[in-house]
Amino acid sequence: MLIGRVVGDLTAARKHESYDGKKILLVQPLTLDGEETGAALVALDAVSAGIGDRVLLVTDGYAAFSSVGRDLSPIDMAVIAIVDRVDLAAAALPANPSPGQQHP
Amino acid sequence: MYLGRVVGRVWSTVKNPALEGRPLLVVQPLTPELEPAGRRIVATDATGAGEGELVWWVRGREASFAFLPDEVPSDVSVVGIVDEIHLNRKKRADR
Repeated sequence: MLIGRVVGDLTAARKHESYDGKKILLVQPLTLDGEETGAALVALDAVSAGIGDRVLLVTDGYAAFSSVGRDLSPIDMAVIAIVDRVDLAAAALPANPSPGQQHP
Repeated sequence: MYLGRVVGRVWSTVKNPALEGRPLLVVQPLTPELEPAGRRIVATDATGAGEGELVWWVRGREASFAFLPDEVPSDVSVVGIVDEIHLNRKKRADR
């Protein structure tokens, strides 16, 4: 699973039927430090997440399509939770954080 | 799933019978800002998308699920044609 931020959504009239009635989100993956990493992804919404929410994203087909109740459909990513808080043990932090780097 | 743009088609005569009659598209992956994001890939099409259209695609075993009950040997499928993108974030300085 990845932590990401919902940065947008998209609409489509022509799509596979398994996407009907579901919100299609654009999610920007984040590092644990909150930095953007990689290109934003397209994910189906299973929890009524909105733009700006920090969310938990599954990137496996079974997890994704089962979370939106669409068994055996061409869906490989879904937002399955809205993150309230992330706690990191001190040991998980880099030994020498770069200046200005912030940890939650 | 990932955004992309259809930039071409692949034609094949000798192929797995399950691919018969199914368009093979060349897709350029994109960021939501519509800038290229990685190498172009070949995808089966479940939407009727044509060249130049903005789409999203799914990878892995789920790509073949777009054609169930037909068992199509595909690991990338175009599954939607984008009408509109709503994006609400500051553009990254490094893009």
